[in-house]
Amino acid sequence: MSDARSRMVARAAREIAPGMVVNLGIGLPTKVVNHLPADFPVCLHSENGLTGIGPTLPLERADRNLIDAGGAYVSTIPGSAFFDSAVSFALVRSGRLDLTLLGAFEVAQNGDLANWKIPGKFSPGAGGAIELAQKARRVVVMTTHCDRKGNPKLLESCSLPLTAKGRVARIYTDMAVVDVTAQGFALVELAEGISETEIREATGAPLALPQGDIPRF
Amino acid sequence: MKLPDKSIAMEEVVAQIPDGATVLVGGFGVPGTPFALLRELARQGQRDLVLVKNDANEAGMGIDHLIAGGQVRKLIVTHLGLNANAIAAMNEGRMEVEFCAQGILAERIRAGGAGLGAILTDIGIDTELAQGKQVVEMNGRPMLVEPALRGDVALVHAARADCFGNLAYAATARNFNPLMAMAATRVIAETEELLPLGGIDPDAAESPGAFIDHVVKLDAISEEYGIVRR
Repeated sequence: MSDARSRMVARAAREIAPGMVVNLGIGLPTKVVNHLPADFPVCLHSENGLTGIGPTLPLERADRNLIDAGGAYVSTIPGSAFFDSAVSFALVRSGRLDLTLLGAFEVAQNGDLANWKIPGKFSPGAGGAIELAQKARRVVVMTTHCDRKGNPKLLESCSLPLTAKGRVARIYTDMAVVDVTAQGFALVELAEGISETEIREATGAPLALPQGDIPRF
Repeated sequence: MKLPDKSIAMEEVVAQIPDGATVLVGGFGVPGTPFALLRELARQGQRDLVLVKNDANEAGMGIDHLIAGGQVRKLIVTHLGLNANAIAAMNEGRMEVEFCAQGILAERIRAGGAGLGAILTDIGIDTELAQGKQVVEMNGRPMLVEPALRGDVALVHAARADCFGNLAYAATARNFNPLMAMAATRVIAETEELLPLGGIDPDAAESPGAFIDHVVKLDAISEEYGIVRR
């Protein structure tokens, strides 16, 4: 992982407050656990029917019946629970899930999220993403600021099919921390080495700057 | 009084699945997928099947054998991104695919198993998953009508069963299995361990045997059930 990405992951880990129930999306979001102290009090949820996700195990010690929603061979910790898929999403939809960290193809300045389908190219189905994005009490996105071709992912409006409308509260990228406000995107922090000009050019919508010095991460 | 014995041979029970059947299939990834029942269904070759499953397994595993054999007319699924064969079958029009949000698929099946007609939910109401669905107002808010889902057959995988069909599951191999075990006309459970009556403590019977029609003991736990080395 690049230095910028590791710093993004470390910064996003600070989203997680003691006592929360949290679902971490597949990919970069699952890596934030590496930045939490071993005794940090948090309940991680996995869509396939687990609360209290323990560390990922090497294959020789893995339990064939125990995976997370991304297919990693995880473990239990004292207090873990297993349940079926209906119970798993009852937890998500009923407001018990405090926070979800998700990946994104596009995020709009009104908090719309597109992360499950690129028509004609990529349409594997949304799995549990629609419910996570629509019902978690706080929805936070982790993504590279631009796509592989250098196009901005933070936009005035999404062009791809939506996962959820108006639900994203904050975005962590390799360049910045950005809040979604009633007035649109607001810069919260800038990554070390990124200038104001660079972040404006890399963002596909107006970006409000904080008063005074911009905090760095 | 004594509870009836529902144990049966694999070949005999799968032969009762007709062409055109709607088949609910348990599993999320490898855990809980009834690989042996699916292998036998692939071997017997029933056609025009409608499968309902969380995911499409991976290439060369589970329901992929049925898709590869052209046995699947339609797949109702939440995600099939790990199976390139399933994506190709969908894109080339060889298999119809209906996507469903994961927890809504679970609730549709639970409603089917509970004798209900539909559920109301706002999940996906702002997305293209809402297209073509009936909208009703409930408590002042618009809700999608998501019809209950039942199978002609359910294929589920249990860690332990008694011969009446009381089932117990392991870890994240539960997933859709307990829901599907209630939601079909003919529920077939394969089990790693088949116990005599009384072998499953009443407190541990997660799926009551009264929902289950047939129990098949697995002769061996094949490689498909094992750790996937990606």
